[in-house]
Amino acid sequence: MQSQPQQQGKGASVSEDPAVEVRHAIKQFGQGDSAVRALDDVSVSIRRGEFFTLLGPSGCGKTTLLRLIAGFETPTSGQILLDGQDITNLPPNKRPVNTVFQSYALFPHLTVAENIGFGLKMLGQSRADIAARTAEMLALVQLEAMSTRKTAQLSGGQQQRVALARALAPRPKVLLLDEPLSALDLKLRKEMQSELKRLQTETGITFIFVTHDQEEALTMSDRIGVMSRGQINQIGAPREIYAHPTNRFVADFIGETNFLIARMQGGVATLPGDVALPLPGSRADGQVTLAVRPEHVRIVSRDTAGALPATVSHSVYFGTDSHVHLRLADGTEVVSRQQTDAEGAASPEAGTGVGVSFPAGAVQVLED
Amino acid sequence: MSEAESQRRADEVRRSWLLSTPALIVLFLGAMGPLLIMVVYSFLTPGRYGNVEWVFSLDAWRGILFTRDIFDDTLKLADAHLTIFWRSLKLSLMTTILAFAVGFPTAWFIATRPRHMRAFWLFLITIPFWTNLLIRTFAINQIIRNEGFLNTALLKLGVISAPLQLIYTDTAVFIGMVYVYLPLMVLPLYAAIDRFDTRLLEAGYDLYASRLTVLRRIIFPIVKPGIVAGSILVFIPALGAYVTPRVLGGGKNMMIGNFIELQFGQGRNWPLGAALSVVLLIIVAAALLVYVRFANRDSTHG
Amino acid sequence: MARKTYFDVTRLPGFSTIAVIVFVMLYAPILMLVIYSFNAGSSVAIWDGFSWRWYVTAWQNEQVKEVTLRSLMLAASAATISTALATMAALATTRKRAFRGQTAIYVAINQPLMVPEIVTAVALLILFAAVKVATGYQGMGYLILAHTAFCIPFAYLPIRARLEGMDMALEAAAADLYASPWQGFRHVTLPLLMPGIAAGMMLAFVTSLDDVVISLFVKSAGQDTLPTYLLAQLRRQVSPEINAISSVLLLLTLVLLTTFFLLTRKKD
Ligand SMILES: Nc1ncnc2c1ncn2[C@@H]1O[C@H](COP(=O)(O)OP(=O)(O)OP(=O)(O)O)[C@@H](O)[C@H]1O
Ligand SMILES: [Mg+2]
Repeated sequence: MQSQPQQQGKGASVSEDPAVEVRHAIKQFGQGDSAVRALDDVSVSIRRGEFFTLLGPSGCGKTTLLRLIAGFETPTSGQILLDGQDITNLPPNKRPVNTVFQSYALFPHLTVAENIGFGLKMLGQSRADIAARTAEMLALVQLEAMSTRKTAQLSGGQQQRVALARALAPRPKVLLLDEPLSALDLKLRKEMQSELKRLQTETGITFIFVTHDQEEALTMSDRIGVMSRGQINQIGAPREIYAHPTNRFVADFIGETNFLIARMQGGVATLPGDVALPLPGSRADGQVTLAVRPEHVRIVSRDTAGALPATVSHSVYFGTDSHVHLRLADGTEVVSRQQTDAEGAASPEAGTGVGVSFPAGAVQVLED
Repeated sequence: MSEAESQRRADEVRRSWLLSTPALIVLFLGAMGPLLIMVVYSFLTPGRYGNVEWVFSLDAWRGILFTRDIFDDTLKLADAHLTIFWRSLKLSLMTTILAFAVGFPTAWFIATRPRHMRAFWLFLITIPFWTNLLIRTFAINQIIRNEGFLNTALLKLGVISAPLQLIYTDTAVFIGMVYVYLPLMVLPLYAAIDRFDTRLLEAGYDLYASRLTVLRRIIFPIVKPGIVAGSILVFIPALGAYVTPRVLGGGKNMMIGNFIELQFGQGRNWPLGAALSVVLLIIVAAALLVYVRFANRDSTHG
Repeated sequence: MARKTYFDVTRLPGFSTIAVIVFVMLYAPILMLVIYSFNAGSSVAIWDGFSWRWYVTAWQNEQVKEVTLRSLMLAASAATISTALATMAALATTRKRAFRGQTAIYVAINQPLMVPEIVTAVALLILFAAVKVATGYQGMGYLILAHTAFCIPFAYLPIRARLEGMDMALEAAAADLYASPWQGFRHVTLPLLMPGIAAGMMLAFVTSLDDVVISLFVKSAGQDTLPTYLLAQLRRQVSPEINAISSVLLLLTLVLLTTFFLLTRKKD
């Protein structure tokens, strides 16, 4: 099984030791005209012990993929493997995988300690073992003082910790987290982000984390899978995804990006205004889309060699930096991010004719 | 759907049916099934001492409206039956109308109380709804009977010299039915008014509408679903009323319900009783259909 | 009034007056009934002073005792059985993807609410008369079956409402934490459903206790329930004894209803 070829996006390397493997999963809801394809041939391999994030806009199928792994849904076709074993048709209670639900789904009729011990009780562990493990988990999430409270009497952040402790208590092979931080306010959220990361490192459990917040994904993950419309577009480490997006969707969804239409021939891109830009790494031919991050767009004087002629249309001041909006010869709008310097020099006046240039290494040729 | 998917789905549906089956069996034996047997009985011949003989006959259905003349064997309209039908229909309609006339202001009153007080007023309306109908009818009986509180008080005060004959009249049945069925009118009306946006009223008054115009043109159309629901909820039990006419109307002022009972007692005509019950059932079904129509139309055009 | 007041658009003239009269009229007869249950004299219209006399009379009346016990036993059986059946049916028909026949189940459950009592009563009389002849069985089974059937919709409603308000993720969480379907039901669904079940049981109990018409037609000889007994007493001389019995019944209903409201309110 391990020797089968991995179906993955560009950025990911083949893993020798996958904890979870999803193979060609298709999930369709409803039938006929009203059918919705929530997952459209998704294949992904998640390594043991990694912090893997599924990132994508609302409705792209993140929850569905998670529910497939947890066992709440059966795929229309495809396979789910855990440690190399096919678990596609195993019910959720037979899978050594636990979930932290978006709404937490804490049992309101049980105390904090009873919530945490629930999984162990269902597994038939002895009272003493349950008590010991519960105490351990309470300490891990720093809720020792709350053990006899009902969950409704806890704050959002505390409920979050209980949900986490409850899911970790049975020592799952994989922990699934569906937007666990989305209900928290910004400060608590930041706190919980590092807390989660700490727990993951300490326990060494594989985390599959769902979010639609790119910053959260970039700061926490070992690897990210970017999803859109039921498909995984790209899998890779945060840096890789940010620096080398493979398609327009990924480039646009993660961070801010300028798109330029260019004509490629023999490793040279011809940009609007007939400026030639050598891109030795690319073998593309014909019309392509180039992506350039605003922080890489430099404003130079008009007659600089190799610069694209542009006109400043307006600029927006953000404090630490400002965004200068420029219009190229063909009407394309390009944004340049300018660090505010110590002198607080003013951005160029609207209507000024300038030149725009970028280092060749900052330009990404997109697949579509 | 994959095989596993459809297997799961089939299991789920099968479990649903299994779980429902005990309730369905009891409902079939104790409610639905007997109705079917009743329809069969309406086509049989009455037995001499009650019950039936298993001989097909349409007499019961004919007997609803006609009687056979004892002398010349011709069919004549059964005046006594018609009187009972007419009384039932008249009293039920009057009950519905009066219940609406006093129920609407009551519902409006509750809906315009401060939010924290509404539950209290609603509770006050709900208590009578759940308390024993027989006891509530007794209470009315005791007040309006000849030697009851009302007459005793009026006699003592010298307002009247002989007791008013209220009990065992149509009026008594009418008053009693309004009394016992009123909560059924108020509750759906309240539900409809509560959903109503009072800003619409402000808009109405801004346009210089009088209160009466506002009531007729704005309020009534919007709370119409509540009016229809309340009217049906009052009309149906009123039409099939048995206890109230028996306790307040006595033996003479029968309604259909009592007339049906009579066929299974002294009347010894089970098939006629069954046929009358089927007719009552059909009227109720028609009323419910009207309601469903209204409710649906309202939800699509609302 | 000379002082100009704020023009309240929700105020319609005369409505409050009518409403207040309605509330008074709704409670006055019941109040009179209760007051005269304490009458020392034997009239229900002339007050002769306070006394517990009629409660004592009712308490010592063997027949009243018998019918009361029968009514309570009947209501308890019907409420228990109908609540159990309604709980199962509610679990089967709520929060599921719609399946063919679901509407039929729903209609069947609510069917007793739609048919006039007298019609159901007559139909049951016809069926049970035949069964009685065929089997010779004359026991309480008929009453229990009939009451259970018409109590089902009353028990079903609050249970269903409670289920619908319940977060489906809770059961998913139970399954995720290794609970088998039965364990999940036993440790999560059932405890959370309990207030709904208790409320349904209470409504079913009150409904059964209130019934006159169906009992009247279904009972065999010597199977009077409290309501059918009271109805029969009305033919004779009315004495405040009826008021005393009715007052006790009213009190019982009131207690059950208050409990019901408290149970269902806690949810929000
Ligand atoms: N049970 C279901 N029945 C029908 N369609 C569904 C069901 N569950 C999900 N879908 C559809 O599948 C698609 C993917 O849904 P999913 O919940 O996986 O999105 P998501 O990425 O988690 O979105 P969000 O960020 O909003 O949570 C959506 O179009 C959704 O409407
Ligand atoms: Mg989701």
